[in-house]
Amino acid sequence: MYSAANKLYEILNQHLGAYGVPETVITIAAYVVPCVLVLGLISTIAGMLTYAERKISADIQNRVGPNRVGPFGLLQFPVDGVKLLFKEDIIPDAADKKLFKLAPYLVFTATVLASLVIPFGGSFIVADLNIGLIFIIVVSSLLVVGFLMSGWASNNKWALLGGIRSAAQIISYEIPTALTLLTVVLITGTFSLQEIVKAQGPYPWQWFVFYNPFMMVAFIIFFISSLAEMNRTPFDFPEAESELVSGYNVEYSGMRFALFFAAEFSNIFITASLATAVFLGGGNIGMDPYSSGLGFQLLMVAVFFAKAIPLCFVTIWVRWTLPRLRIDQMMSMCWKYFIPISFVCLVLTAAWMLAFDGNGIFWRMPKT
Amino acid sequence: MSKYSSQEMVLNMGPHHPSTHGVLRFILQTDGEMMVKAVPDVGFLHRGIEKIAEKLPWQGFMPYTDRVDYVASVNCNLGYAVAVEKLADIAVPEKAEYLRVIAAELSRIGSHFIGFGALLLDLGAVTPFVHALRERETFNDLMEMLCGARLTHNYVRIGGVSQDLPQGFKTKCRNFVDHLEHEFIDEFNDLISYNTILINRLANVGVITAEEANEYTLTGPNLRGSGVKFDLRKDEPYGIYDRFDFDVPVGTGKYGVPGDCYDRYWIRIEEVVQSCRIIRQALYGLPGSGEIRTRLAKPFTVPAGEIYVRTESPRGELGYYLISDGGKNPFRLKIRTGSFSSMTIIEHLSQGVMVADLVAIIGSLDVVAPEIDR
Repeated sequence: MYSAANKLYEILNQHLGAYGVPETVITIAAYVVPCVLVLGLISTIAGMLTYAERKISADIQNRVGPNRVGPFGLLQFPVDGVKLLFKEDIIPDAADKKLFKLAPYLVFTATVLASLVIPFGGSFIVADLNIGLIFIIVVSSLLVVGFLMSGWASNNKWALLGGIRSAAQIISYEIPTALTLLTVVLITGTFSLQEIVKAQGPYPWQWFVFYNPFMMVAFIIFFISSLAEMNRTPFDFPEAESELVSGYNVEYSGMRFALFFAAEFSNIFITASLATAVFLGGGNIGMDPYSSGLGFQLLMVAVFFAKAIPLCFVTIWVRWTLPRLRIDQMMSMCWKYFIPISFVCLVLTAAWMLAFDGNGIFWRMPKT
Repeated sequence: MSKYSSQEMVLNMGPHHPSTHGVLRFILQTDGEMMVKAVPDVGFLHRGIEKIAEKLPWQGFMPYTDRVDYVASVNCNLGYAVAVEKLADIAVPEKAEYLRVIAAELSRIGSHFIGFGALLLDLGAVTPFVHALRERETFNDLMEMLCGARLTHNYVRIGGVSQDLPQGFKTKCRNFVDHLEHEFIDEFNDLISYNTILINRLANVGVITAEEANEYTLTGPNLRGSGVKFDLRKDEPYGIYDRFDFDVPVGTGKYGVPGDCYDRYWIRIEEVVQSCRIIRQALYGLPGSGEIRTRLAKPFTVPAGEIYVRTESPRGELGYYLISDGGKNPFRLKIRTGSFSSMTIIEHLSQGVMVADLVAIIGSLDVVAPEIDR
């Protein structure tokens, strides 16, 4: 159980402990500093993703995309952020003001909380919880509360419809997501994401996605379900622009709207990271993530991002290619196909492990 | 009544809603996601075009016809010109007839691009819409070459057209229709038309039977989508449309039952191909030289009488009912448009569908708000 926080704690303890700084202060500092750093990282990546989305969609649609601010328009997203910061913050008269103000923070917090247990490669993980996967599942369900809250508090019928839609959608798709993640837990016997990454290897055949044929199915179901959890096309019902105008965030403006937006894009990256860590071997380069040198650790981070960013690209690509499903079709897809199939995957993987002594096609169960 | 009685939610969709295609309002009664009823409320774009006609000289009204349906303005020009010519008994030069057909069919293609493109946009597919608009851009360029305007063309004149073909138009136009017929339509269909999600969204949704289509006076592609083979260009040819060889596509229930949204979508794609065929034939048959406009008497008057002329616009039957008292301007003009009759069926179709389906139905009927209200 090592993580960035643990490492920082050791270092701080060595240097500051001698000067009589109380241990409580060191512990708090050791956890707060990585949290702030990861918040910055996630926000920056979310910003970069908005830029990437605009550029990629422009490429798909024979347009140019942002190219005015900075080289290749790279500074577009900070400029957008500043613009939104200066926008008038409009709160409707009829809105439930407290809930209205609270909702965007809740959504953003729920999204960013999930990033605490994401192993970015090496020892770059804020907290290596032994319930990491469950933590992510639980925290991302908190999003629903925020969406529902914003939909209800706006006192707008379109927003309410969007909020209800998102609640139905996210709760339904939690199940296949959780079930497919459980298949991995079945193999590794741990919920800790760092352990799951360590159990895999640097080469593709050592990744869990190729553990057995059912895992491949599970990975596809996981990816599609997480598209639905992120409210991305073809499942963007909560904010279906042409149906619900803009859904739950229709009454929001300025920074509150930006928080919803940032949450959506951070979610893309976090889901891609989760898929990378759980199914695609994360930042594993076949070395111990804690004891190897800083250079190797940075290499692990690079490997991690090299896997996560293409997944983000796929998410964006899908959005700009497919039309939207209808809400009943989306629900029936989840309950009639995804949940049964992911159950079958779980059971068959268990049977596979029983039959082959826990070994995958290429993956070998470590000898204990 | 108990304290917690349940009732339907009344939603106000529009006039500024992204998928109402302009300024159009629907009053929805919904039970959660399910629609109980949708009542269209039209009139936000009423500009009194019919009244304006009474105050203007016969030729002077032509630019206003652009604004009847700004997505396909040449077709609206053409309907008015044909009506006045029939009433005043004016012959149109051969070359002008060909030019009119070329411009009108190009305009039909451009309009259908907006028609199915906007439908796809309403279904959440942004990219196909932009691809359709990219092709419409070539159409805009062609029209700009032809008459200088890109949206409100005002190309047709009473007794002819305003301008002859410019240099290079023929080649560019031929390349455009070849590109559409052989490249773009196939690519577009591969991209979106055969997409399972799209088929699930459109097939078996908003079914209009042939009887219903007749009862609700649907016209144009919406009527043909229900399987009724009726095209004014074929059945009541005006101008020189009887000289061209083209098919009239009708809805056959490609992926569902005849008359569903997918049929109405597919009809428009097929009509683009047919229009390409007409343009190619018209470019081939276009006389090399000749008059493009009949000289009108000055001051231009139309003998007393009345006439109803209907032409096939991209949104269905476009009828001009003209009454002349022999003076310099129309005594009365009534315009009958396809979008207005499409609005009548929405209340019937919207019963018991989902909110998302209503958006698909409105999109598939291809209404343009100014054409409803005039």
